[in-house]
Amino acid sequence: MKWERKHLLTLQELNPEEIELILDTASSFLEVLQRPIRKVPTLRGKTVVNLFFEPSTRTRISFELAEKRLSIDTVNFTPGSSSVLKGETLLDTVKNIESMKIDAVVIRHSSPGIPHFLAKNISASVINAGDGAHEHPTQGLLDIFTIREKKKRIKGLRVTIVGDIRFSRVARSNIWGLTKLGAEVRLVSPPTLFPPYIEKLGVKCFYSLEEGIKDADVIMALRLQRERQNESYIPSIREYRKFYGITLDRLKWAKEDVIIMHPGPINRGIELDPEVADSPYSVILEQVTNGVAVRMAILYLLLGGES
Amino acid sequence: MRKILEENEVKEIWEKVCREIAREIPSTNIAVVGIRTRGAYLGGRLRKFLVERYQREIPLGILDITLYRDDLTQIAEQPVLRSTEIPFDVTGKKIVLVDDVIYTGRTVRAALDELIDFGRPAFIKLAVLIDRGGRELPIQPDFVGKFLEVEPEEWVEVKLKEVDGEEGAYIMRKR
Repeated sequence: MKWERKHLLTLQELNPEEIELILDTASSFLEVLQRPIRKVPTLRGKTVVNLFFEPSTRTRISFELAEKRLSIDTVNFTPGSSSVLKGETLLDTVKNIESMKIDAVVIRHSSPGIPHFLAKNISASVINAGDGAHEHPTQGLLDIFTIREKKKRIKGLRVTIVGDIRFSRVARSNIWGLTKLGAEVRLVSPPTLFPPYIEKLGVKCFYSLEEGIKDADVIMALRLQRERQNESYIPSIREYRKFYGITLDRLKWAKEDVIIMHPGPINRGIELDPEVADSPYSVILEQVTNGVAVRMAILYLLLGGES
Repeated sequence: MRKILEENEVKEIWEKVCREIAREIPSTNIAVVGIRTRGAYLGGRLRKFLVERYQREIPLGILDITLYRDDLTQIAEQPVLRSTEIPFDVTGKKIVLVDDVIYTGRTVRAALDELIDFGRPAFIKLAVLIDRGGRELPIQPDFVGKFLEVEPEEWVEVKLKEVDGEEGAYIMRKR
């Protein structure tokens, strides 16, 4: 299997072999993270700019660590202290940064499609770190990697994603990736938080949590985006918790060895009870560790060969 | 492509190297590290020999030197990354580093850099099945099974039962 892509924009566009190559490469990087010196000289001399137009803790730190562990030079950009405030367009900002000789741009933006737009207009590699409600491919890959580490396979597993599907780029990337690798993907959400036509992606939709997580191998809870509360998608947070909150008691509907995942940040006591988040079923912190290895794999594949 | 070592020759030559290593390196704190792919299997055979000779456990490590290569940004496509497994503390160990063929010395340079990132060994000695000359770096093996005169446009390929299903060594034209 040969890696030929210059950008990582979506999981939708990757074929199963490409996804497997990323996961296999990430396994090797997971070992690097356990060494006494957690750094390799592989991508010395490369420069990556992290452009985060939206807040982020995990993804931004994870990318920065992945870059540093590969000996990449990194620059972080935050719009609050930049010429964006003076009215500079996105493309002008990026073209100017690119003129300083960089090899890749990691971008998070609230508008879907921005990474594609940049990929068409600049010569550096572009890595999508989340674009609106569209995709978050590195999160999807680290979730799939974590499932594979725990269950030793993806094919034939029942993975149930619970929560705010409509606004979740994490859900979309996971749906694309997991279905390509042969998992059965189920979605559970209140009717108002289902995007229209989502079944077309080959998933089964449920309004009932009990039906949706029945015999699940994996439950992935999504963050209820409370900043959207005043848009009236759900009557109240208490009602949401009552019907869709993952509690220890409700885990009995799933398989005995179910694992619980969450992309973070968690609203403890809303989509996930603290007893579940901190239980032995939870692999939430392993997801974060694996995230660095997966992002190292992506950087290695995109920037490793001849430019 | 011509065959230069038969199955039994590979076996005999490597056993000679193993005996030499056992003669020269005292058994305490010895560890074997093989370079992927075929150095790892030759390293495994050396470890087995030493375990039988010394009647004690001897740790075996495997290095994938990909992340330490000096040509990663020049080759057209990046090599598939395989795992490095060093399941012991290298600090203070007497390490025998093993590869099948030594040529430019660049692989060994990468292996040394990688190994030293794991700790500070007492020393590292290099054992190879075949030295074909053509060094581009000042690196020389301590134990050599066989020296070969090979033209610059030729390539030496070792085959081992564990990976190739056959055993022997060939000289082929570079592509």
